[in-house]
Amino acid sequence: MNAETLIPKIGVVTDIRIDTPDIKTFRVVGLDGKKVFEHIPGQCAMLSIPGVGEAMFSITSSPTLEEYMEFSIKKCGCLTSWLHAMDVGQQITIRGPYGNGFPVDTDFKGKDLLFVAGGVGLAPLHSVINYCRAKRADYGRIRIVYGSRSKDDLLDYQEILNEWMADPGIEVNLTIDREQEGWDGHVGFVPNFVKELNPDTGMTVVLCGPPVMIKFTLQGLKELGFQETQVYTTMELRMKCGVGKCGRCNIGSKYVCKDGPVFRFDQLDELPNEY
Amino acid sequence: MQEVIIAKAKELLENSTVNRVLGWKAGEFVYDVTPAVFETVEELENGFVANDFCGNNLSKYLIKESRKPGKVLVFLKPCDTYSFNQLIKEHRIVRENVYAVGIPCDGKTDGEALKAKGIKGILGISSDGDNFVVETLYGNETVAKKDVLPERCINCKSKKHVAYDELIGEEGEVLDSHRFDMVAKLEAMTPDERFEFWRGELSRCIRCNACRNVCPACSCEKCVFDNDASGIAQKAAADSFEENMFHIIRAFHVAGRCTDCGECSRVCPQNIPLHLLNRKFIKDIDTFYGDYQAGADTESRAPLTNYTTGDVEPSIVYEREGN
Amino acid sequence: MLKLSLAKLDDLFAAVAAERVLYLPVDDASSGQAKYQRWTEGAKLSRALNTVRSAKDFFFPQTENLVGFKMKGKEIEIIDPRTEHDDFVIFGVRACDARSFTILDKVFLADPVDSYYQSRREHGIVVTMACTRPEETCFCTSFGIDPTHPEGDVSCWMDEENLYLSVNTEKGQAFADLAKDLLEECGEEAVTAQQEAVSALMKKLPLAKFSTKSYGGDVLMKVFDSPKWADLSESCLGCGTCTFVCPTCQCYDIRDFDTGNGITRFRCWDSCMYSDFTRMASGNPRLTQLERFRQRFMHKLVYFPANNNGEYGCVGCGRCLSKCPISMNIVKVAKTLEGDTK
Repeated sequence: MNAETLIPKIGVVTDIRIDTPDIKTFRVVGLDGKKVFEHIPGQCAMLSIPGVGEAMFSITSSPTLEEYMEFSIKKCGCLTSWLHAMDVGQQITIRGPYGNGFPVDTDFKGKDLLFVAGGVGLAPLHSVINYCRAKRADYGRIRIVYGSRSKDDLLDYQEILNEWMADPGIEVNLTIDREQEGWDGHVGFVPNFVKELNPDTGMTVVLCGPPVMIKFTLQGLKELGFQETQVYTTMELRMKCGVGKCGRCNIGSKYVCKDGPVFRFDQLDELPNEY
Repeated sequence: MQEVIIAKAKELLENSTVNRVLGWKAGEFVYDVTPAVFETVEELENGFVANDFCGNNLSKYLIKESRKPGKVLVFLKPCDTYSFNQLIKEHRIVRENVYAVGIPCDGKTDGEALKAKGIKGILGISSDGDNFVVETLYGNETVAKKDVLPERCINCKSKKHVAYDELIGEEGEVLDSHRFDMVAKLEAMTPDERFEFWRGELSRCIRCNACRNVCPACSCEKCVFDNDASGIAQKAAADSFEENMFHIIRAFHVAGRCTDCGECSRVCPQNIPLHLLNRKFIKDIDTFYGDYQAGADTESRAPLTNYTTGDVEPSIVYEREGN
Repeated sequence: MLKLSLAKLDDLFAAVAAERVLYLPVDDASSGQAKYQRWTEGAKLSRALNTVRSAKDFFFPQTENLVGFKMKGKEIEIIDPRTEHDDFVIFGVRACDARSFTILDKVFLADPVDSYYQSRREHGIVVTMACTRPEETCFCTSFGIDPTHPEGDVSCWMDEENLYLSVNTEKGQAFADLAKDLLEECGEEAVTAQQEAVSALMKKLPLAKFSTKSYGGDVLMKVFDSPKWADLSESCLGCGTCTFVCPTCQCYDIRDFDTGNGITRFRCWDSCMYSDFTRMASGNPRLTQLERFRQRFMHKLVYFPANNNGEYGCVGCGRCLSKCPISMNIVKVAKTLEGDTK
């Protein structure tokens, strides 16, 4: 019998980190203790608890991590609630990698990169950011603008503080939606913050977050002089197979699972606004 | 009759009694009409039809249409008026936004019925008194209308319109139909025979949900079968249990509310006689609670939702066991 | 060309069925319609133009187990349920359904290959039957399909007296070999005469001139943005009849079933017409029936050709024309939107 992508492999959860009140990060390895498969930043995997459900998640760890993969997952449905309730040592099923991933070794190479994320939207960017950090010489300036509802809702906050902000080659700008005790950073929504920061329009942008945040950030970027051909995002639609056959994650003639999830906005412009 | 109906639609549209007309639109062939909303006289002239093939019960569309601004004109056949009334009773149709015109009906057929008679390659159909003259690729065929009527029309329960604002043609009467004969036949079977009968029929189900979606009694905002957590939300009938249970549960859900309009059997691509399940409930209700016709009026309380001291005792179930 | 007297048709079936599982269209008494059924002694080949359910069932069944799981505490055991299929024969497939297999191939055999489908496809021998009495709902010729010369491992023609067979592939030869004592060589005159007569009939069909040529990937946004979708979809019931009788519809759902002795993960046919097809925890990109209805026809007329060198996701079998509860179908849609492709 030929290999079959719909038959998953076993993943073992070796570490669970509580990131925010509703986001946890799960570390996963195969039964042999090694990574289940290799991936490129921006690609996804189908995770499942048999009997509960199966869904597509971004692989949030960088492929440069050799020992394991990580997934930052927000609790929002049946499967994610189950994942949030499990303990270390639990086995899950995993298949992938799926999707195109970010053009880290082509279009991004040598470019100044601006990452803009809102809420759990940092999860898919986390992989690219750490990949670029690991291969620092391949990229120009790196700037990260990240916002969330509150300080507690900032994903990977410790890593941002201890590693990204400590990294002299990276500029990190954080914001939260409303004033909060113990927060002396910026307060306000991401789209406005980006405009205030007035980033260099020569940068290549990677944008991910809730639909409304994406809409207004893109609008703001355009006002600043950015072109749609400079801005990348990653999409999420309902998926079942992960390989462009089950027929539900299409935007026009493109399947998000196979042709995406990473799209440039000029590519999305040519497709129906059905996402 | 079509001319009279179109004239009525134009009149009511032109004198602003209504803003839209819900009716049937002509298709590629004579028999393939589609329910449609017409907003102008021009649209009516270009596509409105009211012929022997306009079988679709338009009542359910009024759930949506009567919630839109303005008033909608609907043409209702006698059997459709029962569904209309029942939906009003269930507060699903906003009555004041509807102008209902009752139209007479001698039974409605469809292309499938002609084909079942071996009439294939249909190029044109004309009505000649009690017959259809069908022009086909393989020559002309004449067939008696009564021979291509579906079961629901052969056993028509009523030519009387139970609700309307205006009537076209003469009012008919509630008929003494033989619609329960087949139910009685099934009841006379042994449980094993009956099980075999239903397995044979239901095994053809493809879970397309057409019966549910067309059913005027199935008007829930969200169906229990669309609930992932129900355990029976599979789109395919995964096993015989599911094939059986989908239809039986649905029959329970519409019991006492089903007017026996017969749309479920009309739309079934696999020709499963689904109406028989509902008729069994109707017959039982008639037996245990006295004759009751869902949709006959908008006020009466339905037997299954109305407790009276004269209600049958649950022991009736035991008494009937094995019959 | 080989031939067999119709008097010996049952002998042919018996000879084939002795070696291979054989499916053929038969008349179903209780529904009054034709369906595919496994041949057993006494089964008679239906003369109906086509079956209600298409022949796609043989390669893409309505439900199919993909993988099994056993759960033990925190551990999961994965059970691969796949077994090699035995060779089987589908007899009497019409030209439209035969073409649908090549359309399904473009989905299921594209990388990564769907091994469940592939296995069935490799082991299925397709014996097709030329049409003699097309109906008004037929429009296969619009897609370049010749109903008088169906594709397949073996193509057959039938007249009042004989069955004629033309072997097209190695698999087809294997079929012919199963009945070689029954088949005799013959000339092509009878078949040619039938082909000419039926071709002339095809030209007289009401949909003979129907064409989808103006549709394709290059008019994607024009067609998508047409205001006419609202009228076209307004009375759609949102059922799955068109999808499930369609030989080329192949969207599926994957679900888990608790057998009480582990979990079985299976796939089943799904329909883009259904309200939950694209529903996510975070919302639904196709909220109303308009979007869902549009998706189905855009897929067949625009998206599929955009991804498959202009080939449409339709074979003109006419099942949706016969079966849609509101008689809305791809012909009406394509004709109505024709002007918007310009």
